[in-house]
Amino acid sequence: MGRKSKEAALEELTIESGENAIANKEVEGLTQWQIIRRRFFKHKAAVASLIFLTFIIVFVFSAVDANFGPIKTKGWWKWSPDDLPELRFGDCPNDTIGCPTISLVPKFLGGEGIGLGEHPFGQDDIGRDYFSLVMKGTQRSIQVMFIIGFFAAIIGTVVGAVAGYYRGIVDNVLMRFTDFIITIPAVIVGSVIGAKFGNLGAIILAVYLGLFAWTGLSRLVRGEFLTLREREFVDAARVAGASTRRIIFKHILPNAVGVIIVSVTLLLSGAILLETALSYLGFGVVPPDVSLGLLINQYQDAFTTRPFLFWYPGFFIVSIALSINFIGDGLRDAFDPRQKRKITKKEKQNARAIARNQA
Amino acid sequence: MLAFIARRIGVLFLILFGSSFILYNLAAIAGDPIGELRFSDDPEIQAQIRELEEFLRLDVPPPLRYFIWLRGVLGIFTGNLDLGLTRLRLPVSGEIATAMPITIRLVIFATIFAIIVGIALGIVTALRQYSRFDYSMTFFAFLLFSLPIFWVAVLLKQYLAIQFNTFLSDPQITTSWKIGIGLVGSIFWASLLGSKRGDFWKVFAIVFVATFAFLTFVDEANWLTDPELGPVLIGLLAVGIAFGITYLSTGFGNKAALYASLTMAPLTVISYFLVSSSLNSSSSIPQLLRYALITIVVAVAVALGFARIDRGPVVRTTVITALLSGHLIIVDKFMQTWKPYMEEGAVSFRPIPTLGQAKELLTPNEFWISTLDILVHLFLPTIALTLISFAGYIRYSRGTLLEVLNQDYIRTARAKGLNERTVIMRHAFRNTLIPLTTIMVVDFAGIVGGAIITERVFGWYGMGTLFNRAITNQDLNLLMGVFFITATLAVMANLIADLLYSALDPRIRVGSGK
Repeated sequence: MGRKSKEAALEELTIESGENAIANKEVEGLTQWQIIRRRFFKHKAAVASLIFLTFIIVFVFSAVDANFGPIKTKGWWKWSPDDLPELRFGDCPNDTIGCPTISLVPKFLGGEGIGLGEHPFGQDDIGRDYFSLVMKGTQRSIQVMFIIGFFAAIIGTVVGAVAGYYRGIVDNVLMRFTDFIITIPAVIVGSVIGAKFGNLGAIILAVYLGLFAWTGLSRLVRGEFLTLREREFVDAARVAGASTRRIIFKHILPNAVGVIIVSVTLLLSGAILLETALSYLGFGVVPPDVSLGLLINQYQDAFTTRPFLFWYPGFFIVSIALSINFIGDGLRDAFDPRQKRKITKKEKQNARAIARNQA
Repeated sequence: MLAFIARRIGVLFLILFGSSFILYNLAAIAGDPIGELRFSDDPEIQAQIRELEEFLRLDVPPPLRYFIWLRGVLGIFTGNLDLGLTRLRLPVSGEIATAMPITIRLVIFATIFAIIVGIALGIVTALRQYSRFDYSMTFFAFLLFSLPIFWVAVLLKQYLAIQFNTFLSDPQITTSWKIGIGLVGSIFWASLLGSKRGDFWKVFAIVFVATFAFLTFVDEANWLTDPELGPVLIGLLAVGIAFGITYLSTGFGNKAALYASLTMAPLTVISYFLVSSSLNSSSSIPQLLRYALITIVVAVAVALGFARIDRGPVVRTTVITALLSGHLIIVDKFMQTWKPYMEEGAVSFRPIPTLGQAKELLTPNEFWISTLDILVHLFLPTIALTLISFAGYIRYSRGTLLEVLNQDYIRTARAKGLNERTVIMRHAFRNTLIPLTTIMVVDFAGIVGGAIITERVFGWYGMGTLFNRAITNQDLNLLMGVFFITATLAVMANLIADLLYSALDPRIRVGSGK
């Protein structure tokens, strides 16, 4: 790119206002939520990830027996993690045991046809069906992830909102409290808690982890509240006689919801990695319960001989975290009013032509 | 300002006090240090339990026991810090003193690489916003965000260590590999550099041919088993470095900077012959630092000789060029050490290790071999840590640069006719660095605590291992010692980050008002 003349810079300016006009025209007569929904559905990767994640969750929770508090559901898969089917020896390559029977190559391409077979992900050392183990582990990891996210979201929002709204001494106390929760690294808290409460069950572990995961969110919410509380509509509400609670929940919170949703999404992907890391270290979910990190920990030495024991749980961790990250990215784009939409070349040319004509 | 720092340090102590109190009680209540002994049927067990209870002061309830620990820590002000004893009756401070340098060695290279590569890629993606390169880097960054490090580590061990070592026993780069690597490399560089369609194919062709030629050269010259740069390559690379650094730092318009940097190339070759004899088994780190100092002095002198006016940028460019080209001589020495290193009995032609931080059975007193050994052991952990941490830098620097590029002063800079290089490097990039600096400081403190998993996977004996041991053995003093160090680093880093921020950005005033 060479030097740009003054005229070129001016032209750029007019084009930019032209581009803004294009963007403005698209949102005429739509409510805030309609605009956000539209922007989100334009983010193809985010939409694809949302569909993929929903599919994984439905698939995983229906495959083997699941437990939602008092409600118990039966799985459609023939084995459960507690079954001990016979370990397959014969038809495995390289004399390994319990190899996976899943086949994705159709018959006309010389494969064995698309199908799951007896043990799609293979079997572990004692013959347990690895598919059902991975399903069970994914269920655990997803549950832990959502519980951490739920508690972190509520505590973070409340602390941040109160600190940002009341400012002064309340803010100071709450933020210093946040600060010293931050100084304790997540893995350390997790391990200390996990070492004690891991054997009380994954759910309790998740609740405790959630109690320490809200700090980043509360800082963001506080910042958002600090700016929003100075805005005119808050003054208007106060003059009109609205109570503090009404101002916080009805007037400010809906305006801060974008920040909250986006950071909770990213918190979720962090949570699943934290849970798997802790379980890997042995401080998280403990046997006989199953979790993805635990499965990887148990079978990492088998990588050279039976890599599938290592690949499948990893695949589920990565795909869940990845799709959540993309959904978060899509939400960020959708909620950020400053975000400029990508202007296509054609629209740019049109705007340029209009600008030239006007000049 | 001073009042602000004093107040912040005061708060910092309060925070450390509060969080250590919480953690101490949490860990004390969660743990049961004599749990194992309870089920023992040893007749002496009661005496053992009593002795242990006395040693661990279990008669004092945890909130009060905390203050016993605190008294030892507060000894830091009188000059005798006492972090207590581990359960094996060893002083905690001694354990930390041996573990800390190892962890720092583990994370420092990874952090530096992550910062450099992450910022560079972030900037390029921001400049090529919404391009195919931008989209693929975004995907790549998200993928790296989603990878658990213990999973990556196992993959790296298998493919970069075990299989690569097997490959090294008979290194033959086949033509299909050359084409494959060439394609990947050329697509990367072409989408990075080629902004227009014609440029894309031009860069693609050049990079492909270059990669193919390079790999053929590596294969023919047996570089995988016996590499060496030699004076000719060092000279050529130095010329390349001179051009590159000058372009980024001042632009080719500044003739004095260009000539001064180019002068460094012949000087590098001359110094290659001068120092090669003194780089022997008795070399040491201070000696290398001394050489670096001499290099800087020479570079400054040459730069001052070329530049009559506006000397700052010329000196800066020349010094960076000189250090980078001088560093080639060290790289060359390491490459020459590669063959003897492979022939060491402890290595026996399988150079990339999967575990540990150094080998025991090497020829003693060989500076280059033992240093190379340390570097080789750093190889896998550094890649793993870099991979998972540089995605953050890509995303962050991209976002910041995009925000800066939308500012009015960038438009002003363009409008007054500055060229694009100056606008990006001087006006945009420098302002991008302000928030990035603070992130880096905080990140570096955090990574010391975050290396726990990496250390476990790669079998290093650093802070992470101490921490693991503390948790599994229910060793409260050890746990608090590790926490004390990591938390102090974290809060100090936060303070430094705040101060740096205000020093770098005059719009931010710390300590004024609330």
